Amino acid sequence: MTSLGFALRMAAREVRASPRRLLLLTASVAVGVAALVAINSFTANLRDSVRRQAQGLLGADLSLESRQPLPAVAERLIDTLVSRGAKEARVTNFSAMGYVPRTDGTRLVQVAAIRGGYPFYGEIRTDPESAWSTLQRGRHAVVDPALLAALRSRVGDTLALGEARFVITGTVASAPGNVGLRAAFGPRVYIPARYLQETGLLGFGARAEYEAYLRLPGSIAAQAIARERGPTLRAERVRVRTVEDDRERLNETLSRLTGYLGLVALIALLLGGIGVASAVVVFIRQRMDTIAVLRCLGATGGRVLGVYGAEAAGMALAGSLLGAAAGVLFQQALPGLLSDLLPVDVETSVSWSAIALGVGMGLWVASVFALFPLLAVRRVPPLAALRREYETDSMPRDPWRWLVALALAASTVALASLQVGSGRQGAVFAGGVAVALLVLWASSWALVRAARRWLPGGLPYLWRQGLSNLHRPSNQTVTVVLAIGFGAFLLGTLILVQLNLLDQLRLTGGPARPNLVLFDIQPDQLPTVERSLREAGLSASDPVPIVPMRIASVKGRPVQRMLADTGQNAAWALRREYRSTYRDSLVSSERLAAGAWWTPRAAGSDGRNGYRISVESGLAEEIGVGVGDEIVWDVQGIRIPTRVASLREVDWARFEPNFFVVFEPGSLEGAPHTLVTLTRIDRPTDRGAFQRLLAERLPNVTTLDLSVVQEALERLVDRVVLAIRFMAGFTLGTGTLVLVGALATSRFQRIREGALLRTLGATRSQIFRIVLAEYFALGAMAAAVAALLSLAAAWALAKWVFEGRFSPQPMSLAALVLGVVSLTVLVGLLNSREVIRRTPLEVLRGE
Amino acid sequence: MLRCTALTKTYRSGGRDLTVLNDITFSVEPGGFAAIVGPSGSGKTTLLGLLAGLDRPTAGTVHLDGQELGALDEDARARMRGEKIGFVFQSFQLIPTLTARENIQVPLELRGEEAGARAADLLERVGLGDRGHHYPAQLSGGEQQRVALARAFSTGPKVLFADEPTGNLDARTGASIIDLMVDLNRDLGTTLVLVTHDLDLAARARRTIRLADGRIVADTAA
Repeated sequence: MTSLGFALRMAAREVRASPRRLLLLTASVAVGVAALVAINSFTANLRDSVRRQAQGLLGADLSLESRQPLPAVAERLIDTLVSRGAKEARVTNFSAMGYVPRTDGTRLVQVAAIRGGYPFYGEIRTDPESAWSTLQRGRHAVVDPALLAALRSRVGDTLALGEARFVITGTVASAPGNVGLRAAFGPRVYIPARYLQETGLLGFGARAEYEAYLRLPGSIAAQAIARERGPTLRAERVRVRTVEDDRERLNETLSRLTGYLGLVALIALLLGGIGVASAVVVFIRQRMDTIAVLRCLGATGGRVLGVYGAEAAGMALAGSLLGAAAGVLFQQALPGLLSDLLPVDVETSVSWSAIALGVGMGLWVASVFALFPLLAVRRVPPLAALRREYETDSMPRDPWRWLVALALAASTVALASLQVGSGRQGAVFAGGVAVALLVLWASSWALVRAARRWLPGGLPYLWRQGLSNLHRPSNQTVTVVLAIGFGAFLLGTLILVQLNLLDQLRLTGGPARPNLVLFDIQPDQLPTVERSLREAGLSASDPVPIVPMRIASVKGRPVQRMLADTGQNAAWALRREYRSTYRDSLVSSERLAAGAWWTPRAAGSDGRNGYRISVESGLAEEIGVGVGDEIVWDVQGIRIPTRVASLREVDWARFEPNFFVVFEPGSLEGAPHTLVTLTRIDRPTDRGAFQRLLAERLPNVTTLDLSVVQEALERLVDRVVLAIRFMAGFTLGTGTLVLVGALATSRFQRIREGALLRTLGATRSQIFRIVLAEYFALGAMAAAVAALLSLAAAWALAKWVFEGRFSPQPMSLAALVLGVVSLTVLVGLLNSREVIRRTPLEVLRGE
Repeated sequence: MLRCTALTKTYRSGGRDLTVLNDITFSVEPGGFAAIVGPSGSGKTTLLGLLAGLDRPTAGTVHLDGQELGALDEDARARMRGEKIGFVFQSFQLIPTLTARENIQVPLELRGEEAGARAADLLERVGLGDRGHHYPAQLSGGEQQRVALARAFSTGPKVLFADEPTGNLDARTGASIIDLMVDLNRDLGTTLVLVTHDLDLAARARRTIRLADGRIVADTAA
């Protein structure tokens, strides 16, 4: 028999004799692997669905989009392609107030005016089915079912959009790429493009998006056109999309989402690693005699390691396989959880590669974590078989431990990188984990020292006894604080991030905050708006002027040239239409980040050398300008030179009229502009009535009900939070296992101690109180440190990742601390119930 | 077969040196049967551990079958134990997760040998032919010690070390275990070294080495 054969045979016998002994190890691995397999299988399904549905998402092979009617260069390209056999369709998108006279209902809607056979791929399914094919036959409208519900309307009603009237002929059952967030700002309405003019809605200042969709014959490659014509078109502010680009972009975005969820799964697995280690510690302690006997019988340290290594690996493999099977089940739940956030329908199917990866990662993590305590079996002296009380104090340091520690660190970085798809982020993640563990370790060490040094002599005996357990030989302080603390830290961070995100989204919080926005007011309409507000007894904010403009040049470089040679991201900032304002002071949602706010100009000086502007700092970074740089704006064909006087940080989460660019007073007063004003109407029915009134009087003025947007956003955030919670549930599961495992490491010693104390006359309730004191201290220490750590982590995440404000949420943290302490005490007491149940003699004899 | 020279063992305990064994020299011829006796704390078990290569002496040497143990590293001593040494412990030290028969097989399997037939033989020999599939917990103390004896003899060791082999057994069972050891010693020519504080048991040996305070105070042949 070979060495390996011996190890496997012995391992198999051990498992057969007590299969439940390493159950904790198996379970610790299984939970993490289940989480990983679930999320990675889902990612694989998602990629698959994106690959299959990307063409349907775009609806064509190629599309050209612009915020202005398509320029001549784009039209020429379309003509050329059509003459070579391409099919063309047009869609014009804009927001407007939809109004149903029969029910008197008004709602902000997103209109898509269709010309041609859009979509060429994928399909817009309607109810009744014929509604889409008959859309073009008259003044028809196909609408989102949500609109009918909101307006208490039905198919067959008349829908007014601006000056035009349409008959609602059907509802949209499904349209490709329709994602929740978009619908939050207004349900969709499809109308034939030839009645667009009748609405009279696309006048000055209206925001619209003009899109051309092309189905190309096999002889023309979309990707080649995008490559050749892209730069010229981009310089004219036309965005070119192909199926291939969309697919890549989608995959990238979605991988980021699932990557972060995967990280939560990885945390569950790594936490499980701690569970594995403590399971092995307990296991080895029980096996001491056997190991010593094997050594007496001539087994070398390496062979003993082989036996127990094989056993641990076998149990880890079982755990991984079990976890993979559970993961496949959990995978079925993920599409339902995330469906509102995804532009594609995800069909679940078993992903063997995700399963293999999950099992592999589980086996690897468990093996490395198990190896730490297993290394010690090499050092079990055969003499231990002769004398149980053999002292192990003179054991030299094992250099292999460093090697295993190194492997552990490298594994964490590698697995995290693999999961997020970026080495740098993987390293940051591993670094964060390391810092958290280090802080926990240091504080547990401090707790041990404190218990030894500063235990007040005046404490009641039972407390002193319990707290002394924190520093006595083979105490469990470090393991328990690490295990509980790490789990609580992760949980705390998740809770804090979630609460802070939700806080930022509270748009209408506070009774005085406005909840209705009135857009696109033409200057000559302002008296009518003000009269309407007065009649309704409403006060409104001062109307804010909005001037649409584009960037003409930055620091002397024409934007066309810059567009032709920059990537997609900055291109958007250069290409987009800016809706700027002018005012003399900062508003409450702004903070000066650099430069100085303007003081009134001296009489006689004007803006000939450039008006002063203040730029939002994120935008400034994107287009590469700082204080003192020059930007020339194109305002309705007129060039206006400006100089950056200051940079501002803007809290965009506050739904107030916020601006990327603010001009100094005296600069834009003569430019064509529209106005925005805000008001607050508490009762939803009053809000509806006012919207209706305004829609009748001024059809082009759009009103946005912020509470509707708020609800939609909250629904979305709830979905994300639910998905994160779902994954965090795995972490919580392993955390509990780890806690049980950590406490089990000292269980036998506790039982024996308890028996001795009882022999010496301690009552059961006294022993309970000793245990209570110890676990209370452990839980409180772990929870307090974890709370501080999660504050730091959540603050860092809020600052650098989510870029928002941070509030510490003390009540929630207090609840977390309380929960963790109670759980620790509870598990500790359960763990010690054997001390009470068994008679002292039974325990002492069992020695 | 077994020779120790000027064997000394010192432990450091509480900052002070504690000499447990002091200048022990004796030898046991092949096929011999020696009992080491003495009160508790006299260093008996420490001496046994050193003789069997389970621990290293502070000074002095042990030669077993011509090999100086101090010259071997821990793994080499493990292999030497597997080949030439058998053990019987006071608390039997059967591996609780293995059946009686598997316990007997382990030393042979460690050498890479198939051991089924030999284990069956030995079980028969110690009178437990039909108990091979039982776990230690299902056996009485005497039966466990017989399995331990069978395990100790499974490799045909040159020397068998026994540490209070009857200490956890009643007198009658203890006597039968000793009978078995003596039989095996006679039949297989195995050298026996026995540690005990039971003088009746020591009387069965052909030689008695008496320890007190870490020194040999008497060495008598029966």
